[in-house]
Amino acid sequence: MTMTRDWLLSDRPVSRRQARLGQIYRTWLDFRTNGLAMFGFLIVLALVLVAIFAPWLAPHDPLLGDLNHTRLLPPLSEGYLLGTDDQGRDILSRLIHGSRITLAVVALVAVIATPVGLLVGTTAGYFGGWVDTVLMRLTDIVLAFPKLILALAFVAALGPGIENAIIAISITAWPPYARLARAETLTIRNSDFIAATKLQGASAARIIWKHIVPLCLSSVIVRVTLDMAGIILTAAGLGFLGLGAQPPQPEWGAMIAGGRNFLVDYWWVATMPGLAIFTVSLGFNLLGDGLRDVLDPKRQK
Amino acid sequence: MLNVENLEVTFALGADVVRAVRGVSFTVQQGESYGIVGESGSGKSTVLRAICGLAPTSGGRITLDGAELPTPRSPAFYRRVQMVFQDPYASLHPRHTIDSVLSEPLSIQGFDRHDERIEQALEDVGLGAGFRFRYPHQLSGGQRQRVAVARALILEPQIILLDEPTSALDASIQAEVLNLLDRLRAERGLTYVMVSHDLAVISHMCERLLVMQHGLAVEELERADLRGQRAQTDYTRKLLKASAGYTKEDAQA
Amino acid sequence: MSLLDVENLRVTFPTRQGPAEVVRGVSFSLGRERLGIVGESGSGKSQTGRAILGLTPAPGVTTADRLSFDGIDLRNLGARQWRGLRGKRMSMVMQDPKFSLNPVMPVGKQLMEVLRTHGASRAEAREKSLAMLEAVQIRDPERVFRAYPHELSGGMGQRVMIAMMVVSEPDLLIADEPTSALDVTIQIEVLRILDRLVTDRGMGLIFISHDLRLVSSFCDRVLVMYAGRVVEELKASELHQAQHPYTQGLLNCLPQIDEDRYPLPTLDRDASWAE
Repeated sequence: MTMTRDWLLSDRPVSRRQARLGQIYRTWLDFRTNGLAMFGFLIVLALVLVAIFAPWLAPHDPLLGDLNHTRLLPPLSEGYLLGTDDQGRDILSRLIHGSRITLAVVALVAVIATPVGLLVGTTAGYFGGWVDTVLMRLTDIVLAFPKLILALAFVAALGPGIENAIIAISITAWPPYARLARAETLTIRNSDFIAATKLQGASAARIIWKHIVPLCLSSVIVRVTLDMAGIILTAAGLGFLGLGAQPPQPEWGAMIAGGRNFLVDYWWVATMPGLAIFTVSLGFNLLGDGLRDVLDPKRQK
Repeated sequence: MLNVENLEVTFALGADVVRAVRGVSFTVQQGESYGIVGESGSGKSTVLRAICGLAPTSGGRITLDGAELPTPRSPAFYRRVQMVFQDPYASLHPRHTIDSVLSEPLSIQGFDRHDERIEQALEDVGLGAGFRFRYPHQLSGGQRQRVAVARALILEPQIILLDEPTSALDASIQAEVLNLLDRLRAERGLTYVMVSHDLAVISHMCERLLVMQHGLAVEELERADLRGQRAQTDYTRKLLKASAGYTKEDAQA
Repeated sequence: MSLLDVENLRVTFPTRQGPAEVVRGVSFSLGRERLGIVGESGSGKSQTGRAILGLTPAPGVTTADRLSFDGIDLRNLGARQWRGLRGKRMSMVMQDPKFSLNPVMPVGKQLMEVLRTHGASRAEAREKSLAMLEAVQIRDPERVFRAYPHELSGGMGQRVMIAMMVVSEPDLLIADEPTSALDVTIQIEVLRILDRLVTDRGMGLIFISHDLRLVSSFCDRVLVMYAGRVVEELKASELHQAQHPYTQGLLNCLPQIDEDRYPLPTLDRDASWAE
């Protein structure tokens, strides 16, 4: 154990792999000292694990309920820890399976919106001039639309469904990353190490991809992580309005919508998915804050 | 070898137009070490940046072996001319290992035998192969500047442009880097164009020098003129005197 | 009686590898004179200056057997007592004026604010600020008075910074590399201003710098620091008689305009110097 540690923390790494792993390990050591961030990390990790092992973890079928015997059982009923909904389905099982949808939304939005934002932002920032003007005005236009309304319009046009909701959210999510990446690029592009790379005959694409993107990446990752809570809420909002995941899919927002009708008498039906959304959002926010502390290049010595 | 004729560099700074370099000319012979001295805002670094295409020229000609340099500069140009920057903390990418700093120019320019060349370059600048996989933040300022020199050398250029290569370093480290630059020039017959605000450094390194002020060339001197305090212009004399440190005269003035 | 007494000053920063002592038992006393502290980066010279003013950045810890300024024990001062001293009786000039001036306030207003907090009336403060700008060799004080820091050149900004620090006529000024960011010709002017303040007003000056030659041409006494310790104390005029190999090495490794030495002598650091 100590040998691995020494190998990772070595001041004289002897291979590319050792250098890279050592760097990651050091970041992890930094991150680990932040208690709240670790708490957020554990929540997100739990979400991922639950999503992966959902079929084994869920005690009941998430889609089929017993309308005769288990309808609207309160929490802590025998075999139904978080109670059941109006269809007699176990809420815990639905939450567990719903984590897959939430995670899919979050992951897909991150995978679609982050590269688009990074590409637009770094290109605009690096070239400047008319490229910058065109790309950033485009960004401004997208940014000017209210997020949820634009997503609504897209879903209305493409038809309701979780896939379309993801596309709609991604389309509205990238502009802030583009702006952030552009701002970072503007501070980086005139630095000496970029000039030195130009002097080796490097192409613009190479400079952007190998030199600028890695430096913008950390602040964009932090921003994306902090936005995750908002993305989850938007997805839940779309679900709530009936435009996201369609019944009987156990999407958390749609579950709240389902419980809305009998909120007063059967509070748990809407509250349990609400708590799940709250917990995961909080987890991502704490994780993002912690990541900012360890990744922000301005804070590094 | 390198010839600069009536070089003009103008920047637009908001509504203002800044004429950073105003009609500067000089010639650098093969194997020579040529110095450019001036204070901040004199345009001395801009001259270097204009030579290697980092600053836009608005007038004049720069020729290498008689041929005018194309804009933008060709990859072949960068095989012949390389540059070392002032601040070793800013000139190395913070997330790249020394290995990737040195291997990048090799792959861009299509060189073979990367491992061998990288290890050789590190030996040449007195670091050794043990430094290869470290990150810049694991190195001291002097070691970083050695890496920057290695990066400039790895493409085997003929001319190296040195932009205040030691002004960010401690005095004892400065001596080491200057010695390194001296040795490399002797071993490889390199041509240097060196910019500095420090007359003593220029007089140590360069056979001839150009004094610049406010974007203009004030005068060109041989090293012997500098040593003999035979400056022609008031400005150079003032620089020479100021370089000597604080004197009783200064207190009274 | 001396103005400042420092005995066994230590500054420690906690790190992952355990506490790191950056200043390790520095002792000196200062009268109304120019004292130079010289060392390379990491020698602890700047931390020494900051520690005297109680400005050791967190989480650093300062300890000393004695740290007294004009009879006041500086070791356990409260925030209010520090406010009564800093900026009034002891001041500090930093290397880069850009980071020390408020960027969104005109220079004159900043100067006046210092005076106003020390109890001057508006008219008095204005008059005194202008006089101070003139005193630091600013040719057009009215214009500079209205200017924002970004509108000033480096040399001008540094002079304004000095004006700001000495406008309250402190007894002690700590100048941390005040001229390193400046051109040589302007450097001499700034030194002249500092020189006057010492000779005319009897101020005590601690001049912190990496430049041994410059310091010795300007100061009365020089402390040479290495790895957190004072390795040698010298009269500036007797610099060439330096005993310690580090001081000698620092002097020798500088290139000279009128000398031919190839290669330049370099410094072989001896582990025993740090002990």
